[in-house]
Amino acid sequence: MKVLGILLGCSLAAFAGETILIRDADVYPVSAKEMKSVSILIQDGKIAEIAPKIVPPKGARIVEAKGMRVYPGMIDSGTELGLEEIEAVRETVDVGELGEFMPQLRALSAVNPDSEHFGVVRVNGITSVMTYPSSGGRGGGGGFGGGERQLISGQAALIHTEGWTWEEMEIKRSAAMSIMFPSVGGGGRRGGGAPDLVDVTPGGVGGGNARRAVDEQIAKLNDFFDNARRYQKAKAAKTPGLQPDLKFEAMIPVLEGREPVTVSAARPNTIHEAIQWAKKQNIKIVILQPREIGKAGPELKAENVPVILGRVLALPNGEDSSYDEAFTLPVEAYKAGVKFAFGTFTNEFVRNIPYQAATAVAFGLPQEEALKAVTVNPAQIWGVSDQIGTVEKGKFADLMVTDGDPLEIQTQIKHLYVKGKEIALTNKQTRLNDRYSGRQ
Amino acid sequence: MKRLLLGALIALAPVCAETIVIQNATIMTVSQGTIKNGSVVVRDGKIVEVGEKVTIPEGATKIDAQGQYVIPGIIDCHSHIAGDGGINEGSVSVSSMVNIKDIINPEDIAIYRALAGGVTTANILHGSANSIGGQTIVLKMRWGKDAQDMIFQGAKPGIKFALGENPKRAGNPQGRGANGQQSFARYPATRMGVEDTIREAFNEAKIYKAEWDDYNAKVAKGEHPMAPRKDLKLEALKEVLEGNRYVHVHCYRADEILMMIRVADEMGFKVRTFQHVLEGYKVAKEIAAHGAGASTFSDWWSYKVEAFDAIPYNAALMTKAGIVVSLNSDDAELMRHLNSEAGKTMKYGGMTEDQALAMVTLNPAKQLGIDNRVGSIEVGKDADLVIYDKYPLSDFAKVQKVLIDGTVYFDRDKEVSAQASKDAEKQKLLDKLKQQTPQQGGGRGRGGRGGQ
Repeated sequence: MKVLGILLGCSLAAFAGETILIRDADVYPVSAKEMKSVSILIQDGKIAEIAPKIVPPKGARIVEAKGMRVYPGMIDSGTELGLEEIEAVRETVDVGELGEFMPQLRALSAVNPDSEHFGVVRVNGITSVMTYPSSGGRGGGGGFGGGERQLISGQAALIHTEGWTWEEMEIKRSAAMSIMFPSVGGGGRRGGGAPDLVDVTPGGVGGGNARRAVDEQIAKLNDFFDNARRYQKAKAAKTPGLQPDLKFEAMIPVLEGREPVTVSAARPNTIHEAIQWAKKQNIKIVILQPREIGKAGPELKAENVPVILGRVLALPNGEDSSYDEAFTLPVEAYKAGVKFAFGTFTNEFVRNIPYQAATAVAFGLPQEEALKAVTVNPAQIWGVSDQIGTVEKGKFADLMVTDGDPLEIQTQIKHLYVKGKEIALTNKQTRLNDRYSGRQ
Repeated sequence: MKRLLLGALIALAPVCAETIVIQNATIMTVSQGTIKNGSVVVRDGKIVEVGEKVTIPEGATKIDAQGQYVIPGIIDCHSHIAGDGGINEGSVSVSSMVNIKDIINPEDIAIYRALAGGVTTANILHGSANSIGGQTIVLKMRWGKDAQDMIFQGAKPGIKFALGENPKRAGNPQGRGANGQQSFARYPATRMGVEDTIREAFNEAKIYKAEWDDYNAKVAKGEHPMAPRKDLKLEALKEVLEGNRYVHVHCYRADEILMMIRVADEMGFKVRTFQHVLEGYKVAKEIAAHGAGASTFSDWWSYKVEAFDAIPYNAALMTKAGIVVSLNSDDAELMRHLNSEAGKTMKYGGMTEDQALAMVTLNPAKQLGIDNRVGSIEVGKDADLVIYDKYPLSDFAKVQKVLIDGTVYFDRDKEVSAQASKDAEKQKLLDKLKQQTPQQGGGRGRGGRGGQ
């Protein structure tokens, strides 16, 4: 039944390459001011034209959208989609591998395109996501309780939330290298609980010799980078007898500055250390899930380091923190001039990313900035702003057609397009709803 | 350090109820529609007048809520805040003798945060490690008061039952006990065993009740029989059989919900609410026929197998089947935005504004048997009110003020303006702390929903 439902859902999605004309919609391109009552032509999966009047090409399907709004599909910059189905069932979790330095691991190839999560997040307008490998032995073994601490987890992928295979879902297979940067009780692990000032979190290194332990870990990380660089040089010099090394191969795009590393850093001092480390290594860095910007703000801005903000609907860090600490973090980042995007960092909350953005607005973030943080900003941060993130000619037709503001809970999505394909607004949950609505 | 700061917060806590008029607001009464540009008059902790035009009592404090919204205080039918430390008496699977009232911590900061999210009343329950857990307590979020003064006087006592994955977890020989320690298997290990555990307990309770009924009948006739032995475990279940204690059942799957209904029918008691009840939509007809309420999540799913068929349409489907439905938090964070959770039932399932809002106000009040006191904005009810700056069924809204019994317990303006001095005090304490030996961190409390 379940399998049948999925097949049915996919077959409803129109075939690739359909020509579609969305007519008379109010278009919110994000990159520019809204355009009232214009039409969008979709051809070969891309936005072919946006104009007040477009003569439909022969064979084009016309979607009347008078009074409706068109936005770019939303992007969640922090998920484990496709890698984790049911959090509590190890067999369905492929998030955390064993091993200390694992840059060669690719999240993309473990993405299950038939994960029920994709259908669930799509219908709320999320058309692409970053999916990360992570530490902690989730799906592997060990974890922080035993075994070695992981320092490099592998390559995070930027994917569409629709496609028959992970290859078809790919936007960028190595969008970032996931690094577990050591910190003193700083909450190095993504998705983890909020660290307290004096607490030691699973991600942070604790104990009486915490600082020394952290320095040792960083030294190890540096050694690995040094070795990778030697390999890079040897390879560039075509050194005879050099054997291919998959780990070091995977590091080359990072060393060349083509692929950023992501580092979870909760506190300003950890953010500072991570930025300085990346500078020394001459690599690009993206900070994930800060819980506090504070005095790291000017440095983030000056060094042009983007930030992926975690859940806005989150508890404060400490017992004595302000109740709205997490709610006001986005406006704090905005005021500091930091480039940021939103991530949910828990699969079941991905569909709520627009509402997280709304909470940030309630506590001071300008509304257009909230929308940017789920569209154009992540596209820029992940280096794909030529492909997604705005409604502009030449970009993928990743579009949502809505009856209102997409950050508003009551807004309904009327049509959804991923790479120009109209996606059926159904999923496991709508099917169960339909089925049991019929029970007398 | 933390205690000190809490002390400072408590000092800021309100003192006494005054006469208050909230003016120029959109008043969403829940039970009697929405009044545009109306007022609410509060005196002696009660709502005394609601309408477009009201008589303003002399000397009343005026709160100008121009452009803002007033709703009844939010009621959370399922919470574990203020439970001091462990909330699972996991050594036995029938622990009806324990009472959450005994471990209420009025200084749990989660109380203040819930208050800042518009929650004025919450049902505090044990965890879900046991088929029959402990006795529950309804609290008002009167931050600054002691445990006794937080108790919602007059609310009928309850008891928590639990079905499915959590109570059977302790039956896994390789598993871990309720407190995380390696443990030996504890019966039950299956849903069959959970049913049996509950049936056995009520079989025992009925025998016990019969002994007491017999004794009381003899006493009434003037005889002098020997009193049966008092059993605190069975006493609570006897109250259930007598209809004097509400049963709140943690459950997920349709089969276990139906099982619970049939066991209750067989043993002669009613389930007051099914909690979580993520597959309630599959057996909505049976739940409605039993007369139980349902308290669920808006859209949580997939965190465990029994949550994999959860759908965001659940609340609406159950409502359409005639069930009184509420949305609960089970979580100190979610608890802070139940208003927007209610909004989701409009998106998923097409509930009306009143229906949606009732799910976090009037409906949980009904489920807890306190709807004569709270849950809607009506004359005579407790003045438990929340003022939002914007339309409250949305995440664009934030809480401005919260009143309980007519007293302002949360005021965002004051909160924001006091922040600088609190930060300064904290810095002072931190500086002092730095001069001392660095401390090691303590426990961080519970995490996630899995074991609750």
